[in-house]
Formats: sequence, C-alpha cells, structure tokens
Amino acid sequence: MNIFGIKIPMMASLILWAIVWEIVGQLELSILLPPFSHIIIRMFEVIPTATFMNALWITAKCFLIGTAIAIVVGIPIGVLMGRSIVIDRMLLPWVNMFLSAPLTALVPVLMTLFGFGTKTIILTTVLFAIWIIVLDARAGVKNITPSLVEMTKSFQADFWQAFTKVYVWAAMPEILAGIRLGCIRSIKGVIIGQLLVSVVGFGRLFELYSANFLMEHMWALLFVLFFFAFLIAEGLGVLERKFEYYAASRN
Amino acid sequence: MSAAAEAVSDNAPQIAVEVDHVTKIYPGGVEALNDMTIQFPRGELTSLLGPSGCGKTTLLKIIAGLLKQTSGTVKVNGVDVTGPGKERAFVFQDFALMPWASVMRNAAFGLELQGMSKSEREAIAEKYIDVVGLKGYENLYPHELSGGMRQRVGLARALAVNAEVLLMDEPFSAVDEQTRRKFQEDILEVVDDEQKTFIFVTHSIEEAVYVSQSIALLLPRPSRVSEIIRPDIRRDISPDAIRRDPVYLDIVERIWQGLRTYVE
Repeated sequence: MNIFGIKIPMMASLILWAIVWEIVGQLELSILLPPFSHIIIRMFEVIPTATFMNALWITAKCFLIGTAIAIVVGIPIGVLMGRSIVIDRMLLPWVNMFLSAPLTALVPVLMTLFGFGTKTIILTTVLFAIWIIVLDARAGVKNITPSLVEMTKSFQADFWQAFTKVYVWAAMPEILAGIRLGCIRSIKGVIIGQLLVSVVGFGRLFELYSANFLMEHMWALLFVLFFFAFLIAEGLGVLERKFEYYAASRN
Repeated sequence: MSAAAEAVSDNAPQIAVEVDHVTKIYPGGVEALNDMTIQFPRGELTSLLGPSGCGKTTLLKIIAGLLKQTSGTVKVNGVDVTGPGKERAFVFQDFALMPWASVMRNAAFGLELQGMSKSEREAIAEKYIDVVGLKGYENLYPHELSGGMRQRVGLARALAVNAEVLLMDEPFSAVDEQTRRKFQEDILEVVDDEQKTFIFVTHSIEEAVYVSQSIALLLPRPSRVSEIIRPDIRRDISPDAIRRDPVYLDIVERIWQGLRTYVE
C-alpha cells in the first residue's frame, strides 16, 4: 500500500489501532479495557509462569492430536466420498449437517461421556476440524480430470495404488485448503473445549482471570492465542501456495 | 462382411484386434455405436476417421476396456476384452500426465503400477523418453513443457509398458499445427521401429492419410464403417514431398468428398 508515495508496511494499521487502544485505556473508561501497554507488560509477566506453560502444553497437545486425527480420518473419508456415489449419498447429509451445526452444544454431551479431561478437549477439536477437511478432500477428488482417472484405470492400478499414487495427489490443492481451514477450526475447538471443561489448561486460566476481574491477564492470554492462531494459518497458507502451481495445470 | 473389410484381411493376414457386432447405447438412450464390425491388422497403424458423432472415441474406449459395450464382443489376440489389460496402452487427447510427477516418473508410471523396481523401470522409461525425443528433459515437470512435449511423455508412457496395441485418442488435437507436423513424422518412425498395432482416432483427413497404413472411415447416424481405405502412398520420399504427392492429395480429396455430405 502506498500513501503519498510512501510505502506503508502491511501491518501498519495494527500499530494505529494499538495507539487508539492505549489512549482509550489511559482514559480509564472501563475496567474491561486496560491500556495496551499494560497488557503487553503483563504478557511478558504471565508467559514464563509454570501455570501458563502448563496450559500451553496441554493446548498444544490437544490441538496437535485432535488435528492429526481429523486429517488422518477426514482425508480418506473425503476421497472415498468423491470416488463412490453410494458412500457419498450416505455420508454427505451428515457432513453438511455437522459442518453448520452449533457444535459447542455437543461439548457437554462429550463431557458426560468422556469426563472433564483432555479426552473431551481432543474430541471437541476433532469435531470442529474434521468436516471441512472431508468436504474439501471430496471436492478435490471430484475435480480430478476424467482422463487422469481413465489413465489410472487403463494402466490397471488397483484400488490402493489409485488412491495413494493418484487421487490423493491430484486432490492435494483442495486437501491443503481443507487442512488450513480445519486447523483454524481446530484452534476454535481446542479453546472452546477447554472453556467448557474449564478445569484444565487455558480454560482454567480464563476462568480464574475472569472470576477475579484480572482484565490485563485476560487480554494478555487472548493476544497470545490470537498470535498462535494467526501463525498457524499463515504457515499453512504458505504451504498451500507451494502446491498451487499444479492446481492450475491440472485441467 | 463388406468387400472393403475383406480387402484388408487379404493384405494383412494377421488380425490383432477384432470388433464384432458391437453396439453401445449410453444411459439416456443415445446410441453411439450400432452393430459395428471392424478388424485391425497387426503391426499397422489404422486410423478411425470420421465426423464428430460417429462414435470413433467410443469405439476406442471400448477396445481399451474403459467403456463397456451394450452388446457384441471385442477380441485382442483372440481373447475377449472385459476391462483394461497389459496388452493395450492408451494415449490420451489431453495427455493425462500427473502434474506432480517428473517426466521420468510419468513415463515410468505404467511400470510402477506393475510393481517393477525403480532402477529397472527407470532404465526402460529412459530408453523411451529418448525414443520420443525428450532426452535431457527427464527431471522437468509437465507444466514446464509445451503441449507437444507433454504428449511425447504420454507416448513414452504408453510405449514403456510394451503393450502390443497402442490406442491413441486424437493425440495431436491439443497440439499446435507446426508441432503436430513434426510429431506426425516422428510417429511414422515409431510405427516402423516398434512393430506394434496402432489404432489412431483423428478428425483430420490429412493426418489420417499421412500417418496410416489403413483408414477406417466411420459415418454417423447410424454409426457404421463406411469404407476402409489403404492409402498406398510412397514412404521413401521426404515428408514434404509426400504432402505434395498427387496420390496423397487424391486420397485426401476422395475422403473429403465422401464426408462432406455429413458436415453441416
């Protein structure tokens, strides 16, 4: 972006908003909005503590396991749906329903089934992430050029070869888009799961801070989470762009 | 059997592919082939030539085992075709290369699916990459190649599996004119060297006359083999001389006169 011939970096607007925040915070209009500088100072105070590191570890663990399950289960289901009309007809209504359903309402059910521990949080993460991964893998497989499928058949690939050597790769641009969107939903899932379970990880910290009106701590925590979410989404975006060259050359 | 078809069997005693009373009706009732009978002599290049809608690509895909005929039989070396098989290889109109794989892996893919070891299949693929004139391009990817070069990879892949019958579905239609001429000259060499049976679908009269030992002229509504032409043009002269040869030009003209009534 250029203003009056001066090149403005992409994130410049964030600095402007931080300044506005600082001014509003210094005016002490609301307890909910402490000055920005205080939050930053609090951030560096909170991060090295054992409770924070412990919460981060639990979150990272649940996020990674949950996302991994969603990917490993979601991609094959999506590929199968894309290749088989029968499986597609059977599963598509469910996938579409869960994709748009208010999944938060299901977390209490998971809690009664799996208790107040990491198991419930992992399952919540899976539940949030898997549907978009399934749908995108399905769309990718449906987009495979018909002649590529014919090629696979005419050289007599068996089912496993066709799946692992052609279909998954041909659908890779969509699969990666699905994984990126799935990860963003995973982050939501892992946080919402913890908030509802509220006795472990960041859920416990949020509970603690909000119950004691520790707004600076609360914001510091949120900033850290936003930062991680942004980092993950951007990192996957870079990976996705690396595969884009062949999405264009597929057809 | 028609007189024209008999003439073929007189000239070439051995039949590689036999299509016997094949009918194909697509779901929805569209009749693509109606009781078609045709034979393809071994070791020759036979073109299927005809206006669009005459079922030439459908016939090729039935021979390939990619489509199921509604009735009738297809035999390759006397054995019924029930699906794709090792003795047939297909060259696709839009190349059907894997964009994520190098020229080498694409060319060796048929062998990879057969479970051949990497060093073995790459040695074979290397040979055929050389045959189609792509030596030195082994490590490039399809999007780095021109259309003509991509189809050469498709041809190398089909040659590498050492099938007896090569089925080519309008292989040059997505290639620009200059590249196509060079490719046609090269395909004549491959036909001479490889001793395989080629079945070649095209809608270009000049291309069919130039590359074929025999041309099956297909006509639509109802789809049928109207005539089999053996363009006995001289092969001992240069490609440019062939294209100016009166015999060549006469055959092109004759086929055009036969087809023009079917073109709106």
